[in-house]
Amino acid sequence: MENNDKLVLGGKEFSSRFILGSGKYSLSLIEAAVKYAGAEIITLAVRRANTKEHENILDYIPDNVTLLPNTSGARNAEEAVRIARLARELGCGNFVKIEIMRDSKYLLPDNNETIKATEILSKEDFVVLPYMYPDLYSARELVNAGAAAVMPLASPIGSNKGLATKEFIQILIDEIDLPVIVDAGIGRPSQACEAMEMGAAAIMSNTALATAGDLPMMAAAFRAAVEAGRKAYLAKPGRVLTRGASASDPLTGFLHN
Amino acid sequence: MENSFFVDSEKLSAAALEKKHRLENDPSSRKDHMEYMEGMEIIRSDICEKVMSQVNEYDYSRYSARDVVAALEHETCSIEDFKALLSPAAEPYLERMAQKAKAETVKHFGNTVYLFTPLYIANYCENYCVYCGFNCYNDIRRMKLNMEQIEHEMKVISDSGMEEILILTGESRSKSSVEYIGEACKLARKYFRMVGLEIYPVNTDEYKYLHECGADYVTVFQETYDTDKYETLHLLGHKRVWPYRFDSQERALMGGMRGAGFSALLGLSDFRKDALASALHVYYLQRKYPHAEMSLSCPRLRPIINNDKINPLDVHETQLCQVLCAYRIFMPYVGITVSSRESESFRNGIVKIAATKISAGVSTGIGDHESKYSGKESDGAEGDEQFEINDDRSFDKMYKDMSAEGLQPVLNDYLYV
Repeated sequence: MENNDKLVLGGKEFSSRFILGSGKYSLSLIEAAVKYAGAEIITLAVRRANTKEHENILDYIPDNVTLLPNTSGARNAEEAVRIARLARELGCGNFVKIEIMRDSKYLLPDNNETIKATEILSKEDFVVLPYMYPDLYSARELVNAGAAAVMPLASPIGSNKGLATKEFIQILIDEIDLPVIVDAGIGRPSQACEAMEMGAAAIMSNTALATAGDLPMMAAAFRAAVEAGRKAYLAKPGRVLTRGASASDPLTGFLHN
Repeated sequence: MENSFFVDSEKLSAAALEKKHRLENDPSSRKDHMEYMEGMEIIRSDICEKVMSQVNEYDYSRYSARDVVAALEHETCSIEDFKALLSPAAEPYLERMAQKAKAETVKHFGNTVYLFTPLYIANYCENYCVYCGFNCYNDIRRMKLNMEQIEHEMKVISDSGMEEILILTGESRSKSSVEYIGEACKLARKYFRMVGLEIYPVNTDEYKYLHECGADYVTVFQETYDTDKYETLHLLGHKRVWPYRFDSQERALMGGMRGAGFSALLGLSDFRKDALASALHVYYLQRKYPHAEMSLSCPRLRPIINNDKINPLDVHETQLCQVLCAYRIFMPYVGITVSSRESESFRNGIVKIAATKISAGVSTGIGDHESKYSGKESDGAEGDEQFEINDDRSFDKMYKDMSAEGLQPVLNDYLYV
């Protein structure tokens, strides 16, 4: 069964449900993410790829890995669209993660601008993965705009605070017929596992790996956590008590007396 | 102990000397430093009042070890917490501050460090700022590069591998006009991915023009936020007008610049108050312009040509480290630049704690990159330096050293869109 369990984005199948985020890049991070976390998708900040730097990140991305260029640095839909087109010109493929932030302090995504950019880029045959604040109305509009998935944030980027928006992500998972990829704020494998158990299609993380003491081991831990969460979700969790105890005598027993 | 700043050049005429001495000794001979000069734009802004009301009431002797510990334990650093961290009571907690600062830096910037280099294109100056090597009474070799020379310098720097440049001039509108600087920006865009400016303050429409020419980031040092002290250090010229300078970053953002840099020159006045003011200047502007990127730097006074005694007084490396850690804890998202005024060992240490950006391959002179980079004798004139640098590592050396420290050097993080 597991072998058939694929993540499908833009018609492309992926076995791995761990996506490496960008931002805090290093060669050793990419290596660890691919080798030990099994990542098949790696995000790439176009603003950094567009460089003549000696260590151009593009040279180090293995062929079997799908690049997911992001539009970080964009402050509105127009800028995001331009960055996405540039990424395609640079040979980064037609996947794009839309990131539009108009706040340099918390780096929270602007859903309205993101919806506008999604609409434009999906018409240009991009596979659009929008980073968003988990809001149901926005998610529905992103679906209508042609997104290939939605990527709600778990907590502020880089905060490692885990699933601060858990209830709202659950609503998206329940109501949106697209893969829900949890992005930003996942600091520990246990949090990744929890998101997957809830029914997230994949998780994206960077800081948690980039700042780990032992990169390969943390990468392996994420892989195991994501897989465990996915299996638990597919296995359909049974009777799990969230609070208090349940009555052993059924409350509706009187109906059958 | 105060620095002794006044140096008389033998080349000054009797009239010039007389004027210089009058400015130095008779405060009534100086213009009102709080009054705008003709042509200076006045914007409606409440930022200055917000910053200065906090700074004026800041009594750092009031803070105790208990306040410092509480600040270190709080998840979000309030302005009160920040004031405690800047106080003398925080000094014994420097290691804990550094640990916390490092954690914040890593969360927001990972293990990256940005590299850039400054390019001085002219050192003419119309101001008499007593601590600065470019001041109009200082006997130095003056020079202004023409476009051909600027392009040559840029090529030399670009060939070294650098992708971000900071263009600087002395503060002389007549010698280095806005159009001259604009043309330099256009050239810079041919060679660099990111162009910053550190020039005399200009009006909003001029910042807009410079942005259109390719500049994207404006840094202005307030030098000191202590207006009374400022008055005694900036005796002549446009720079004497303190409030026009204060609003520079806001005008730059209004003119469309992506970001702005802030700083006080530590050692000129009470460094704790100046550090508080610099940070609050960023803090309140960020709230008003949330999309803008902000950065802070923390330069200390350095010796200049003809006055090798100038020093940062009570701001030793320990105090500088405390200020930088406090900045990072208070504003985890802000870029922090540490200049080549500081030593190699200090810079190597601080990039692992709080700093996110450092310069390399630095010259503060004019037209001397080729001779400095290649050791080749210069065939043209060179202009003298603004101050003595301390860390003279080349771009290559810095790139290697940062990598060896376990950091990832980043040469460009921006895309013009």
